[in-house]
Amino acid sequence: MKYLIKGAAVLGGTPSDLLLDDGVIAEVGRGLSAAGAEVVDADGLVALPGLVDLHTHLREPGREDAETVESGTAAAALGGFTAVHAMANTDPVADTAGVVEQVWRLGREAGHCDVYPVGAVTVGLAGERLAELGAMADSAARVRVFSDDGKCVSDAVLMRRALEYVKAFDGVVAQHAQEPRLTEHAQMNEGELSGRLGLAGWPAVAEEAIIARDCLLAAHVGSRLHVCHVSTAGSVEIVRWAKSKGWSVTAEVCPHHLLLTDDLAATYDPVYKVNPPLRSGTDVEALREGLADGTIDAVATDHAPHPHEDKDCEWAAAAFGMLGLETALSIVQETMVDAGLLDWAGVADRMSSTPARIGRVADHGTPLEAGQPANLVLHDPADRRVVDPTESASLSRNTPYAGRELPGRVVATFLRGRATVLDGKLQ
Amino acid sequence: MKRHLLSAADLTREDAELVLTTAEEMRSLADRPIKKLPALRGRTVVNLFFEDSTRTRISFEAAAKRLSADVINFSAKGSSLSKGESLKDTALTLEAMGADAVVVRHGASGAPHRLAHSGWVRSSVVNAGDGTHEHPTQALLDAFTMWRHIGESKPGGLEGRRVAIVGDVLHSRVARSNALLLRTLGAEVTLVAPPTLLPVGVETWPVETSYDLDAVIPKADAVMMLRVQRERMNAAFFPTAREYSRRYGLDGRRMATLQDHTIVMHPGPMVRGMEITADVADSARSVIVEQVTNGVAVRMAVLYLLLGGSEPAVGGDE
Repeated sequence: MKYLIKGAAVLGGTPSDLLLDDGVIAEVGRGLSAAGAEVVDADGLVALPGLVDLHTHLREPGREDAETVESGTAAAALGGFTAVHAMANTDPVADTAGVVEQVWRLGREAGHCDVYPVGAVTVGLAGERLAELGAMADSAARVRVFSDDGKCVSDAVLMRRALEYVKAFDGVVAQHAQEPRLTEHAQMNEGELSGRLGLAGWPAVAEEAIIARDCLLAAHVGSRLHVCHVSTAGSVEIVRWAKSKGWSVTAEVCPHHLLLTDDLAATYDPVYKVNPPLRSGTDVEALREGLADGTIDAVATDHAPHPHEDKDCEWAAAAFGMLGLETALSIVQETMVDAGLLDWAGVADRMSSTPARIGRVADHGTPLEAGQPANLVLHDPADRRVVDPTESASLSRNTPYAGRELPGRVVATFLRGRATVLDGKLQ
Repeated sequence: MKRHLLSAADLTREDAELVLTTAEEMRSLADRPIKKLPALRGRTVVNLFFEDSTRTRISFEAAAKRLSADVINFSAKGSSLSKGESLKDTALTLEAMGADAVVVRHGASGAPHRLAHSGWVRSSVVNAGDGTHEHPTQALLDAFTMWRHIGESKPGGLEGRRVAIVGDVLHSRVARSNALLLRTLGAEVTLVAPPTLLPVGVETWPVETSYDLDAVIPKADAVMMLRVQRERMNAAFFPTAREYSRRYGLDGRRMATLQDHTIVMHPGPMVRGMEITADVADSARSVIVEQVTNGVAVRMAVLYLLLGGSEPAVGGDE
């Protein structure tokens, strides 16, 4: 199948045509024509390299009632993603070559986007002994990102060893930074509101203390560290400081932390319960600035599907997490592009090429140039939509944006020259 | 009044004083030969208790019965938190039984709020204590007790009165509701606790705070002692029970520094020897037993007002 994309603004620049043929971008230029190619009118659309998510929960194996690799990657494609990293907190945990290969294979079979399994750092995410990181790296899934996401590798020695060990295969440890003792029973951001609502606080220092320690550890052993979902102004400061030292520290931010604030907890509606929690407006401002100036390297969704009953209950009983794949680009447009903080080239960097580099993912996040893999997304920044959870391709409905009007819409997604989404519909 | 009573903040000063004056009428019933009113005949009040609290449940039960309501006690020990039936399913069950008011006690902060706002039930929801959030009827009965003793039993009577609330404010729903309600009624509240037992952000509350009990109580018109669990010392909130008692317990020596009219209160259950000594709890200043009596009158007033009693509850001859 050949596609001729007409008049797309590549990275928001001047309109040009792209010919996709045989899995690659065959030609880029003006006034292209190609016999037998399906023409895609991209007038007014922005072309970006296919988005790469460093942080997705696909829930399979184990919680197929919440999401499957099939449904989650469909949601990803609809959100403009051509590659996602599937987090390891499945059941069984992705801590062996067998499980990561299963997830990888399910991704290939679904075909909506490439699935890169994340391997657990410790056996069973228990934080006690290292999982067979090398076996996962050498498996067909070629794991390069390791994380106990949801749990923090809080033991300093274990974290040091993990950072050191993954150097052998150019891996990276992605840390869920949460000091466990400071966050026992934590329900929401610790501040004036948590005191008033009687919900146990999740203090910023519990995140920042771990990030600071991990930066120092990574520097000490000369390893790469990736910090998952930074959520506080202090975390941004610490990462900025670590980078100023020249250390190999990268960080991601979630779309919801760029937009939503902790006052939503006053509704006691668990759709706003997420880990790390929604923070203050000051934190949101700092995260946007950090993403704009490159202190924060990437946007990652932390797409966390949960079945209805795990959210349709009292706050303390509810699961942490919210959907993110289908709304991420719109949130980034609203909070960064429309706010004048980042241009579309910047979005391509933060949502595609940099996360691909952090995850050591070949053939994603590559420039939209002739000869490159045809992984790209066409986005209509002028369109607006009201989020309707029932329209989601995810099996779950726990989006915090229900009823909210968001800018932008993904029109088409191409994976190796094949349309996974066309006219906004899954192919 | 709003349809639900979830937080003391739901009450305007006018609402709160209406509850107090109505409670005064209800209390006068206790002196009549027949203690029962027909006001809520044919209405159903459900006591939905996810946590054990015999005293609060009995108080609501007595209140509803004295108003001639039908009372269903639903003791749902083990909420969805412990993988029992979910709050939602319990609520739907009660709705199907035709409850007019649901009085809910739950270990999770905000559970009554969820019950009231999730579309699960149509009835009025009364918060009978949720997690470490609020306990508004306790605050009303405390205010009613103060009103009778140091507020001349009249609107505005608590204006400028000084109330010290002492103890584990961090984990206390009673303290939160009292701070809000007493402020609404014009009283000046000082929270006294070790720094570890004051919530983050307490400086934004409409109260004073102090770490020094001896400096605060001589000026107070009412001293309310909160229950402090000994187990808190295991989480390093204070070093030992003994040190806590020395610094924040109300004993005979401290009681001697109170003004003559000052009353001593406790929402119960007390830990004698921890936050309060027996000689103080049993002293003439103590209104702790009266608080229980007043609890029934205040809960009668709340149920009556929420369930649409627009006529005077206590008429003349019937």
